[in-house]
Amino acid sequence: MAKVLMTGNEAVGEAAIRAGCRFYSGYPITPQTEILQYLSWRMPEVGGKFVQAEAELSAVNMLYGAASAGARTFGSTSGPGFSLMQEGISYIAAADLPLVIVNVMREGSGLGNIGASQGDYLQMTKGGGHGDYHTIVLAPANVQESADMMVLGFDLAEKYLHPVLIATDAAIGQMVEGVELPDFITHDIDKFDWAVRGCKKGDKPRTIQNIYFMDDNYEQHLREKYARMVENEQRWESIEVEDADIVLVSYGISSRLCKEAIKIARKEGFKLGLIRLITLWPFPEKAFAEVNPDVKGYLSVEMSTIGQVKDDIRLATGCTKLVDNYGSMMELPEPEGIIEKAKSML
Amino acid sequence: MAKTEIICAGFGGQGVLVTGLIIANAAMESDKEILWYPSYGVEMRGGTANCNVKISDEEIASPFVKEADIVIALNEASVMKFEPRVKAGGTLIVNSSTVKPRKYRDNIKVYEVPATDIANKLGNPRGANVVVLGALARNTDLFEPAYLKQSIDSFFEKRGRDNPKNALCFDEGVKYFD
Repeated sequence: MAKVLMTGNEAVGEAAIRAGCRFYSGYPITPQTEILQYLSWRMPEVGGKFVQAEAELSAVNMLYGAASAGARTFGSTSGPGFSLMQEGISYIAAADLPLVIVNVMREGSGLGNIGASQGDYLQMTKGGGHGDYHTIVLAPANVQESADMMVLGFDLAEKYLHPVLIATDAAIGQMVEGVELPDFITHDIDKFDWAVRGCKKGDKPRTIQNIYFMDDNYEQHLREKYARMVENEQRWESIEVEDADIVLVSYGISSRLCKEAIKIARKEGFKLGLIRLITLWPFPEKAFAEVNPDVKGYLSVEMSTIGQVKDDIRLATGCTKLVDNYGSMMELPEPEGIIEKAKSML
Repeated sequence: MAKTEIICAGFGGQGVLVTGLIIANAAMESDKEILWYPSYGVEMRGGTANCNVKISDEEIASPFVKEADIVIALNEASVMKFEPRVKAGGTLIVNSSTVKPRKYRDNIKVYEVPATDIANKLGNPRGANVVVLGALARNTDLFEPAYLKQSIDSFFEKRGRDNPKNALCFDEGVKYFD
């Protein structure tokens, strides 16, 4: 299929439709409002439901309801709106329900600002809401992946009966690139034996619960579910790590600048490599086994002032290597700055 | 050229963002990597707007253009803001209907075309940007004029907004530099 021009936000919306999603709810917030704008006409066009809620709290709970009924469903938000959805995401994880939520990250804590950021890494990978759960987190680095990861997101959500988050940002959401859109899939809303779709006379009632006290194997079920995700779903892209003296670790928009930095550095004879995180959770620990055993250190490159990925790198390497952070808040990390910082670690 | 970085700027309503999209689309359809990024803030009719376009044979890193190979400036404010950001040896295309004669940097190539006047004369007042695209094709190595001309038509056709006068505007933009 020929490529079309689309923003990252539009690609998210169109890919969801093509993946069979027929229920969306969200609330406008920059820089993800184009997702609502797109779906407000596109969703009715394919016979789906688009609901602009009065706030993120009700949006996430509508998603919870639609997922309970077996629909392919997704919502999107950013920054403060993502915080408001945490309680609902925790409930959805507890209820073993599949859905996708896209967080188009924006700057800062509190109100912050509308520019690109990667400041929600910890919130997205360590739980975010209350209680004992993780969600799978996918991190696209371009418009094509924004579309592809919507499809993958629904597949993983249904494979594990679990919410999947997609971590994009203002830059990827607003930029236009050429994208090859995924094929149309028809989702059968009646395919699950657990979905609550109204009980006909004589049917055994189904329930969606938040905790399964009655099930003797409940703890075991949860342990195994997370263990399977960690074992099977680590995704990453490695670039020239086998002989690297310093390996950059990055994801999303920042990883694009890292690739540029590697090209420049290698021309100068400085051996830089990159592990690009495609899943943020599960963290791709397996990627580190491929790295030059004599690597001098790892440099996390992210749009965060506090360096949120650092600790996961330390854990993945058993704290055996030097780990540092090259972070920025308002501006994208510069290749020249990345190289300078990496050299200082030698 | 392996990599071309472009800034299009002008009044909101002059079709500045569409101009960038047309360039991106034409490059994409000739199998280049492309990236288009809008100026980000409060844009409206009468305000200033701009977009960045990157065209490359390879994967594109940052969406932002710092120094441009080509700047398309449709109004005075855009010339003032973006002339300093043209690379030495780069190209500045100016809509001279809205930009008063002035002295430009001598280490860049400047092409002035009265795009708004030409578009008005051809009965297509919103086609000034298409005149400028004619000037772009004529004066740079980016696209063959015939290729860009058909690409513009297919761009608007796909959006259900084809206008036969666009081709006239484009031709005039090319011919102005004969």
